[in-house]
Amino acid sequence: MAEPILELRDVRTHFPVSQGFLFKRALGTVKAVDGVTLSLGRGEVLGLVGESGCGKSTLARTIMQLLPTTGGAVILEGKNLTTGSAGDVHHIRRDLQMVFQDPYASLNPRMTVFDTLAEPLRVHRVCPATGVPARVAELMQLVGLAPRFMQKYPHEFSGGQRQRIAIARALALEPKIIIADEPVSALDVSIQAQILNLLAQLVRKMNLSLVFIAHDLAVVKHISDRVAVMYLGKIVELGRAADVIERPRHPYTRALVSAIPTPNPDLERTRQRIVLPGDPPSPMNPPSGCAFHPRCPHAREICKSGVPPLFEFEPYREVACVRVEEIANL
Amino acid sequence: MPLLTVTDLRTYFYTRSGVYRAVDGVSFSVERGETLGLVGESGSGKSVTCYSIMGLVLTPPGRIESGTAIFDGVDLLHCTPAQARTIRGKRIAMIFQDPMTSLNPYMRISEQLIEPLLIHEKISKRDALARALAMLESVGINDAAKRMHLYPHEFSGGMRQRVMIAMALITKPELLIADEPTTALDVTVQAQILELIKKMQRELGMAVIFITHDLGVVSGLCDRVQVMYAGRVVETADVRTLFRAPQHPYTRGLQRSIPALQPKGAELYTINGLPPDVSKPLPGCSFAARCEFAIDRCTAEQPTLATFGPGHAQACLRVQAGEL
Ligand SMILES: Nc1ncnc2c1ncn2[C@@H]1O[C@H](COP(=O)(O)OP(=O)(O)O)[C@@H](O)[C@H]1O
Ligand SMILES: Nc1ncnc2c1ncn2[C@@H]1O[C@H](COP(=O)(O)OP(=O)(O)O)[C@@H](O)[C@H]1O
Ligand SMILES: [Mg+2]
Ligand SMILES: [Mg+2]
Repeated sequence: MAEPILELRDVRTHFPVSQGFLFKRALGTVKAVDGVTLSLGRGEVLGLVGESGCGKSTLARTIMQLLPTTGGAVILEGKNLTTGSAGDVHHIRRDLQMVFQDPYASLNPRMTVFDTLAEPLRVHRVCPATGVPARVAELMQLVGLAPRFMQKYPHEFSGGQRQRIAIARALALEPKIIIADEPVSALDVSIQAQILNLLAQLVRKMNLSLVFIAHDLAVVKHISDRVAVMYLGKIVELGRAADVIERPRHPYTRALVSAIPTPNPDLERTRQRIVLPGDPPSPMNPPSGCAFHPRCPHAREICKSGVPPLFEFEPYREVACVRVEEIANL
Repeated sequence: MPLLTVTDLRTYFYTRSGVYRAVDGVSFSVERGETLGLVGESGSGKSVTCYSIMGLVLTPPGRIESGTAIFDGVDLLHCTPAQARTIRGKRIAMIFQDPMTSLNPYMRISEQLIEPLLIHEKISKRDALARALAMLESVGINDAAKRMHLYPHEFSGGMRQRVMIAMALITKPELLIADEPTTALDVTVQAQILELIKKMQRELGMAVIFITHDLGVVSGLCDRVQVMYAGRVVETADVRTLFRAPQHPYTRGLQRSIPALQPKGAELYTINGLPPDVSKPLPGCSFAARCEFAIDRCTAEQPTLATFGPGHAQACLRVQAGEL
């Protein structure tokens, strides 16, 4: 891989949990992100998958410096953001931008599209005041919205169009990295395809790096170069997107892939399915050893003690499972 | 004879901003033991179709304008309330995306489970509790004897879904209507719930109407599929035919726009524009405005479902004319 634009080194984000209103009692710690090491290349699309609660959004907000890290380092172009000054953070805001699942919640309902897109341009003084309208029009065209809708409010647009506005706002400051947290999960398939095409096209055109969070593996495989699979705050598998999804190695990834119903009736009725027992456990009291062991069909005594490290099992594939070799051909 | 036959169902909503024709002439039938998938994007009228059958349409603003829904000889839309009560909630049950739609947060699970039995069957409380326990066990609740006396919030998301299913199935219905019961779940939990529905269906021999927008779920679960668009049925076929040889331009477009069926990274086919506003008059085909094959005729003349092959019907004038 080319020189990374972003590096995460053993990143941890823990939340203290307390109970009670007046007399708070510490109950424990939610280890939402617990030792993530990753890198993101220039122009690369990295998919991040895993079930709800595994820490994807927390990792995204940690990278964005919207949450303080408990430990580890987030390094953007050689600069450690977790130890950075306020000035650095101002600078980060430009290079790192985020797009959320729900454009209803992330757009201010009282601001027109023009105001929404002009705000970051003005705050960061990226163009002279007289140039703002032209830049707003340009941004709208970039995401496939007609500039004549500039004075409309978010509620006058459909869900897909609102997501385009949110993407345009993220692009306003010409960021190097976009983190998209489930950007198409709330959209109907026909609209989802439009947004996926748009993101793929922007990445190519602007040499953007993209962290794409989703729970739909087919969508992630489609758009990503590499994919990271998370389980309870840790990355359990990392590799080239199509490889990971076509030949998963970690027992959790295998189960996840096998749980996805494929839109092919013949295949769907004949293939073997691994149905995992139980719900994903709480990250407050994660199981000992490999956190996946209570649900894992391949778990042995050894899996209950010692957290398995992520290691390079084969070229371009990292897996955090001590039995990965043994079970490779099962 | 089919278990349920719906004919020309029209359900409109009368609001200040206009009359919304949520369901606008829908006809279909369900055979005993069969699984019918109801697919279509949000707002296409899937839920309202089923709410109409179940008598769950809020009136006002809603009103069933026309149609019949014959279940085993009884028209649910025109029978007496007493007749309807012997069918809805007993012989036809419904489950929802949010289990709390059917669960009462203030009642113990055990009390909620036996309630329909005590209403619909001559059964002692003790026997009803035994049935409730057996039902919870068969939907996979561990330690059910103890946990049946808990409240809904004491169960995890996936377990609550199971409790809702137990509650729907405790009267051994002949038809289960499932309205996106797995949409909010993680895929591994979804896989458990789909397996459970299949297992219960085998055991009880019941028919299922399964509403979803996930074509993957449809392909594994359903015998037949009906595609809805803007309150109308645009295509219906057995599941293999629908995936192998879809005819209606909307169905074809949908399949070309999902990443799972396309080569990695290829530009996805997009259906431009948005579904129509169903409060505005729509003289022709409801899909015409977004259809790449639409001609003048399509916006003037309303297509009807026409049989294309065995069990396969579509509502596209141009396909029917042999032009596509
Ligand atoms: N502010 C917070 N305080 C306490 N716990 C939190 C907070 N934010 C997230 N969590 C917990 O951290 C875990 C990971 O959450 P999240 O990152 O949102 O997961 P995902 O995006 O993968 O669904 C969850 O158990 C969640 O309840
Ligand atoms: N209470 C209501 N008032 C007004 N319109 C409604 C109401 N409920 C449903 N509708 C209309 O009915 C249409 C179909 O809704 P629904 O059956 O819920 O769609 P689906 O289940 O396919 O997503 C929607 O477009 C909506 O406008
Ligand atoms: Mg999240
Ligand atoms: Mg619905």
